[in-house]
Amino acid sequence: MADLDTFRRETRAWLEANCPPEMRRPMTSDEDTFWGGRNAKFSSEPQRVWFERMRDKGWTVPHWPREYGGGGLDGEEAKIVRQEMAAIGARAPITSFGISMLGPALLKYGTDAQKREHLPKITAGLIRWCQGYSEPNAGSDLASLQTRAESDGDDYIINGQKIWTSYANYADWIFCLVRTDPAAKKHDGISFILFDMTSEGVSTKPILLISGRSPFCETFFDNVRVPKANVLGTVNRGWDVAKYLLQHERAMISGMGERGGSRPLGQVAADSVGSDAQGKLDDALLRAEIATFDVDEAALAAAAERMVDLAKAGQGHPAFSSAMKYYGTELNKRRHELLMSSGGIDALEWESERSHEGARPRAWLRTKANSIEGGTSEVMLGIVAKRILDLPGA
Amino acid sequence: MPLLLTEEQSMLRDSARGLISDHAPVAHLRKLRDSRDETGFSRELWATFAEMGFAGLLVPEEHGGSGLGAVEVGVVMEEIGRTLMPSPFLATSVLSASALTRAGSAAQKSDYLPKIASGELLAALALDEGAKHRPLHTALQAVRSGNGFRLNGAKAMVVDGHVADLLLVVARSAGAPGERDGLTLFLVDPKAKGVAIERTIMVDAHNAARVTFDNVEVNADHVLGEVDGGAAVLSCVLDLGRGAVASEMVGLSEEVFGRTVAYLKERKQFGKAIGEFQALQHRAAHLYIEIEITRAAVLKALQALDADPSGAAAAVAVAKARAGATATRAVQEGVQMHGGMGMTDQFDIGFFMKRARVCEELLGDANYHAAQLAQMRGY
Repeated sequence: MADLDTFRRETRAWLEANCPPEMRRPMTSDEDTFWGGRNAKFSSEPQRVWFERMRDKGWTVPHWPREYGGGGLDGEEAKIVRQEMAAIGARAPITSFGISMLGPALLKYGTDAQKREHLPKITAGLIRWCQGYSEPNAGSDLASLQTRAESDGDDYIINGQKIWTSYANYADWIFCLVRTDPAAKKHDGISFILFDMTSEGVSTKPILLISGRSPFCETFFDNVRVPKANVLGTVNRGWDVAKYLLQHERAMISGMGERGGSRPLGQVAADSVGSDAQGKLDDALLRAEIATFDVDEAALAAAAERMVDLAKAGQGHPAFSSAMKYYGTELNKRRHELLMSSGGIDALEWESERSHEGARPRAWLRTKANSIEGGTSEVMLGIVAKRILDLPGA
Repeated sequence: MPLLLTEEQSMLRDSARGLISDHAPVAHLRKLRDSRDETGFSRELWATFAEMGFAGLLVPEEHGGSGLGAVEVGVVMEEIGRTLMPSPFLATSVLSASALTRAGSAAQKSDYLPKIASGELLAALALDEGAKHRPLHTALQAVRSGNGFRLNGAKAMVVDGHVADLLLVVARSAGAPGERDGLTLFLVDPKAKGVAIERTIMVDAHNAARVTFDNVEVNADHVLGEVDGGAAVLSCVLDLGRGAVASEMVGLSEEVFGRTVAYLKERKQFGKAIGEFQALQHRAAHLYIEIEITRAAVLKALQALDADPSGAAAAVAVAKARAGATATRAVQEGVQMHGGMGMTDQFDIGFFMKRARVCEELLGDANYHAAQLAQMRGY
């Protein structure tokens, strides 16, 4: 305990000295997120400084091994870093699918060569990854995917189409599910493969969403040649890797509602709606809804903490991330409904500097995808019913 | 600190579970109810509770107790919630023991705490007056008189009031109802002149009473803590009690849920188990998730109470609000998914629904605690 107290003190002091004040303010626009990658640009000097200091400290991913550019911290220490960052409202130095999704799968299934090749570039923010899972006819029924990889000597030739590929147009590499054995049962003929998005035959087309933005793309593969050495895990056992990665993806999405450092909903509402003489929000029903939301949000944060602690103690249930994904995304949608309601007509402005180009309504619309992407709420409830509750025929 | 039980706490849970499930399944409550038992719980079982160290769980070791904390209280309460065992644990061992430990003079502590730990003394907190839990709205009057005070007023929902050997009475010695200053706690002999106690038979067949005070004389050395400054102690005691009741509701919810899922697997209609229907699967899965999240929130509050009893208010408000909402959902889904059987007195599920309703009101309902949280957060 004493060691952890010392570690906490040192962490606090280091963050105090190294996190620029600008990086402790709530994010207000998309530019505030740094994604890394070959074409990465920093939107400000403090953003660059903060990223580079965290990278050099190994804290872009505090709990990964040092040999791959991580911080080599154990679970308790990494938790302390998260808590101390949250305490000062520090922004994440980088947002990266390499860190939140591919990394855990690489650590578990990767060969030494694959780990040495990819992990250091993820921790250093040099390569930006995207995820090729969904297809036009493989959404909730993901395992019915059709993109095929045909053997050609030491390579595969990949043909097909992915959809909802987040930021495919900005990504450097893709981790992708492809069918390597069309004759096998649908879960048994899939492989998990990694390749460069600049390979010949790869093209992307952004999809315009209801938010007026295009975070997702259609991604096309036309005779893309990929070395067989790029398969992660065993050929035709890619579904295992995919499911393992989905657990991490779902845990990440469930945490998307946790806005460390942003202003509490009640205060945001008070700014627009006003307060009565006793300081209560001047809309009793909105106040009640926000209070209930705050209760649920605090409870979810405790559950997220407990999920990590249970996993560390070897008592976690592998399907529990589906439970958290369901609850976290539904809660985040509630948050944004309340933000819209709190903002009233001011929250309706779509194009103006005053509204940060409609940041609030665009974010509200974006959250509607939370309960669809990474497995719909209905699929999550089905997983809980089947794998945790053991209900028949689920 | 990990949000898990320690090994010692898990062992405590196992021993509490063993005792309670062996000696006080729901049938125990049913029997007490049907026989209109005068005490409302089993004194014999309470003696066993004391022998195992549960009665004095919070009592410091120098006064004959175990000197444990909020998480341990929660562990025992959760097991009580699983079988709905009626017991003086909440009123005597949690609320009264913590008030005496926290605010008692040396003499008061040595007079009462060892007897609480040994199971000899039953105590009750007389706080609520109106239909809803509003501690600061206490109006029962305490007026200085001679060497002490004179009490006038009425209390309701005094848990174990009709069997208590000692009443802890919250009174207003100054200020107006609604104000934080001016509350004083008194230790009152239930047999004192002017005290009238009416046992109230409640929906859940657990103990409660209405107690009236008509010019009841209380000596100055029966003031518990500071005159006019009782609110601070009361907050800590109530927060601990709220954590305890929230734990009872977690146990209750989980038990109802377990019984309901078992029923979904066993009951057949249209030629298959009703648990195969997606309409029910999704509701069951949602309820499971609510219960797990509530469990984490409650443990978080109990740990916060152990770390700093006066700084846990927000975590406790979250826990009690969540536990109330979750238990309400669990029992409603429980009865609905049991269909007609859920409506019968013969099935236990209705007992859980009734107890959940009482737990929800005890020490503040979900609305009260959500509003408290809003106030703490300044909106």
